[in-house]
Amino acid sequence: MISETFKILEVNLTTGQSGPRDRDGAALYLGGSGLAARLHLDLARPDLAWDDPTQPLIFAIGPLTGYFPLMSKTVCAFTSPVHGQYAESHAGGRGALAMRFAGYDALVITGRAERPVVLHLGENRIDIIEAGYLWGQDALASGKLLRRMLKGSGHRTIMRIGPAGENKSAMACVNVDTYRHFGRLGGGAVMGAKNLKAIAIEGEGARELPAGKSYAALFRDIFRQVTDTDMMRKYHNLGTAANLDALNDLKALPWRNLQATSDPGITGITGQRFADDTLLRNAACSGCPVGCIHIGFVREKFQADNQYFYRQVPYDYEPIFATGSMLGLTHAPDVLSVMDEIEKAGLDVMSGGVALAWATEALEKGVVTPEQVGLGLRFGQARGYMEAVHLLAAGKTEFWRLLAQGTMTAARHYGGEDFACVLGQEMAGYATGEVFYVAQSLGLRHSHLDTGAYSYDQSNAPKDVAKALAFLLEDERERVIQTSMVACLFARKVYGLDSLRACLNVLGGATLADGLEQAGGRIQKLRWRARLAGGFDPMRASIPKRFLEVTTWKGQTDPVYLENLRQAYATAIRDMGRADAEKA
Amino acid sequence: MKHLKAPRMERCIGCHSCSLACARIVHKCLSWETAGIRIQSSGGMSSGFLAKVCLACDPAPCAAACPTGSLKARIGGGVTQNKKLCIQCGKCVAACPVDAIAQDRQGHVFVCIHCGACVDFCPHDCLELVEVDG
Repeated sequence: MISETFKILEVNLTTGQSGPRDRDGAALYLGGSGLAARLHLDLARPDLAWDDPTQPLIFAIGPLTGYFPLMSKTVCAFTSPVHGQYAESHAGGRGALAMRFAGYDALVITGRAERPVVLHLGENRIDIIEAGYLWGQDALASGKLLRRMLKGSGHRTIMRIGPAGENKSAMACVNVDTYRHFGRLGGGAVMGAKNLKAIAIEGEGARELPAGKSYAALFRDIFRQVTDTDMMRKYHNLGTAANLDALNDLKALPWRNLQATSDPGITGITGQRFADDTLLRNAACSGCPVGCIHIGFVREKFQADNQYFYRQVPYDYEPIFATGSMLGLTHAPDVLSVMDEIEKAGLDVMSGGVALAWATEALEKGVVTPEQVGLGLRFGQARGYMEAVHLLAAGKTEFWRLLAQGTMTAARHYGGEDFACVLGQEMAGYATGEVFYVAQSLGLRHSHLDTGAYSYDQSNAPKDVAKALAFLLEDERERVIQTSMVACLFARKVYGLDSLRACLNVLGGATLADGLEQAGGRIQKLRWRARLAGGFDPMRASIPKRFLEVTTWKGQTDPVYLENLRQAYATAIRDMGRADAEKA
Repeated sequence: MKHLKAPRMERCIGCHSCSLACARIVHKCLSWETAGIRIQSSGGMSSGFLAKVCLACDPAPCAAACPTGSLKARIGGGVTQNKKLCIQCGKCVAACPVDAIAQDRQGHVFVCIHCGACVDFCPHDCLELVEVDG
């Protein structure tokens, strides 16, 4: 049932003191993105470094989490090692329902443990367990050890970091329940800086439901929409991997560090190819019947006499772009092999793949030497990338240490900024045109999900700055309502405003339902305010030369349109982020 | 006499829609635990899933262990539950050979009564309510 107040669990790893507290404002901030931004503004210190022990690591769910299908995501917020500013990352898995059943709308972790620890939480449980023996274990091995350490299975979440997080790489992700991730902007490094190897949350409790039949009937109606119609077919059929040949056809798929936008090699890495040759099975986030998680397998002969092992690797569009086309790999099992190493290292796959693509071109062009890199990297050759992933996570030499802090950090040091595919951080897989380049370079999550700019480009809309800007602002405002709930964005057609209001009302959340649209506008501004508080200057965002060289089905990038839209969007962001704008 | 069976668990994607439906429809709460069917990963997500659900034992050891008659053996296997008679002793939980009976921290007991409410919510047809002789 929906409360007017948030219940927040605060854990201080320095003092070992923890406890729940109530915070008002559920109608103002809804949950998820809104709650995370609000808590970050309340607690983070913009004058201190991202890895200062006092900086908070925040996990937040929404008012409908667990109560309805596909309300299955968690928002993670922190001060990013990429830019020292507010950052948001989202993940599925079991985390959201585990938090619901543990009884918390948000978890806030501050402080730094003296030695590596595991945080074990539940409705009646806050244990900080010393676990120095896990430090250095990769993310998959850590998961297995944690399952042995903490008895029980299936009804909890296990979030952990790999070596990349321990080494405070700006590309370190948090691996969630084996197959999901808080990927972007370095949340894994924030855990590493806190000496926090893992968080396990037991979903032991039960929550009250409304009396009467309305809730069960509404649940059934929404469940039927997502399971009995074609609405979700794309996601459980080929999954997002279906985008690969569609974008390749549009000349919008980045190849070999975005030196091309289309390639005949696509036939080896299409969604259909992955399904036909590698798809082992599907899996789902808790509370979602769609099952969009595609788990591929690759087997490898490691010895004579037919001695094989196999890897199970979750794939999606973005990981295939980042470790496939971007690295010139055109054989699906090769792509999965690189992805698997990235999983173990605990790296964000998009950031890691794009960084390795830059390193390869930098080697080709002589910007860096083989001695500096320490191994050979060639587009299309998987073995080198499988080794390079671990160098990137370990960051032991100067080259890998710099690259681990971001591709542009390395490019500024060695040269090669022009061909660094960085839009705020390493690009997402959409070379679709000007609106996307601008949106990602300025976007808050620096993925592609705050707006559907990529689809605006693909709709062949006219080059009209005012129209594109209006789209970006409106689409973001709609999406922050979803990400404050926190609905999976695949379900955004199911959860229109009327549907969300009905869901909130049936659970006693009439106040939230009545103010839903106003909350969307408020949260949109609040998030930018949180970002600007850390020193973000949208006017200074830049778009590397490589993006001006890109040719899509619409032709070459239009530099005038790009620059005009960039300035217009930056101005709008600056205005939205003013402290007084949020109250207006 | 109907029995709930889970004959196609190799299809299970771990969405928990079945157990959430049992909690919601049968037990009127939102929970992973307080349900007559519970889905677990069998050693992490990479190893697939299993359903912890009443196998309709006949005779039913849980009913035999129940000192109050809260759980009574059904003709043809499984049990019926009268929650008013339950003293929350937990003997049924201990007696179940396959860990299919759950008890929450308040002591309430949750066991599958073979009603089939979960079946409608499995997107992959893993579950089945089948007519058996009894």
